[in-house]
Amino acid sequence: MEPVRGQRIAVEVNGERHERHVEVRRLLVHFLRDDLDLTGTHVGCDTGNCGACTVIVDGMAVKSCMMLAVQADGCRVETIEGLGPDGELHALQQAFSSFHALQCGYCTPGMLMSAKHLLDHNPEPTEAEIRRAIQGNICRCTGYVNIVEAIAAAAKAEVK
Amino acid sequence: MLLAPVEYARPSSVDEAVRLLGAHDGARPLAGGQTLTNVMKARAAAPDVLVDLNDLDELRAISRVDGDVELGAMVTLSALLRSAEVGEARPMLAEVASHVADVQVRNRGTVGGNICSNDPTNHLPPVVAALGATMTIRGAEGERTVGAEEFFLGVYMTAVAPGELLTKISIPAGHGVRDGFASVPIGKDGTCIVNAAATVREGQARIALGCVAAVPVLLTCAAEEAAVREAVQGAALDPPSDVHASADYRRHLAEIVAVRAVEDAD
Repeated sequence: MEPVRGQRIAVEVNGERHERHVEVRRLLVHFLRDDLDLTGTHVGCDTGNCGACTVIVDGMAVKSCMMLAVQADGCRVETIEGLGPDGELHALQQAFSSFHALQCGYCTPGMLMSAKHLLDHNPEPTEAEIRRAIQGNICRCTGYVNIVEAIAAAAKAEVK
Repeated sequence: MLLAPVEYARPSSVDEAVRLLGAHDGARPLAGGQTLTNVMKARAAAPDVLVDLNDLDELRAISRVDGDVELGAMVTLSALLRSAEVGEARPMLAEVASHVADVQVRNRGTVGGNICSNDPTNHLPPVVAALGATMTIRGAEGERTVGAEEFFLGVYMTAVAPGELLTKISIPAGHGVRDGFASVPIGKDGTCIVNAAATVREGQARIALGCVAAVPVLLTCAAEEAAVREAVQGAALDPPSDVHASADYRRHLAEIVAVRAVEDAD
């Protein structure tokens, strides 16, 4: 094995297999947005602080601005575009709407993916667990209260 | 941000990783990437070759060997905080891991990366120093072990030389020892302004202070408040000043955080 500057990768995104040649320096977030045109995943701070670029890779929430696209070769990636089935809202999306859990909406895709990661691993979280789960996602509009309520409501809807 | 052009290899064995690190000047291991990716964006690091360790399952194991806890360098912070072995043997380690940054960072960030980056504000350098951990380093010449006292050499610098790889962190069983940790972070679970880890055995405390020097500052004293304060004063700390705290304030916090870490161990 010798190091390469670019390589062909195959990534399953929202259940669909994509093959592309990418440069090693390409970040996963740019692969999703610019190569696959999945622009729901946002770039906020580009320093790993804000969480707007959060996606789920092989079942784990990660910040896609701190992962190389080549590192996702062979992985299963979930983005905001895959959250709800076609034309319908996921329980979390419906709850965010009902509880006014967004204002400008920039952080929302990342917030929703962190919330999904939480409920995938812990279907009945406490308020403290919800707050810890979105610690890596910064929202400058809402003050988080409605986001926490929305996630709690979505969890209850899913438990029913 | 666009990274500078860089080469990449993802080896499937530690031997191959060590060969790649030795064969290319400017090669660097890529563990969780939660520090390295960002310093590459900022052009503060410019490796020529990234040797991605993420396929090395042999570095992801957590095991008990004669009571000691052995952590593979690629154990993520999320795996560490969920580990039954760690929770049973040295629960403080899991507790500290749960306060590093946030879920996403803990899902990718690794024990080895946290230690090897040796940012003075990182959580784990003082923890492994206080616990008296031993690091196993693999290189072209074979394997060597380095104690925590000799491992941290300076800001962002450790005993792991170019061409070498940290493979394992061994934590002593700690029979009859109680562990504690305390910090003053910027916001809950944020970057530490000052932190301290402590182990207490038979009334004697071993304290490692973080964020106050280039490497963790180790102190030993009686596990009593007055003795701890005296030990910290006697260390003649010369911490940095920055926007979060002046040197004087860090010195003040060091005493308090050291006392709290010892109390936490009780």
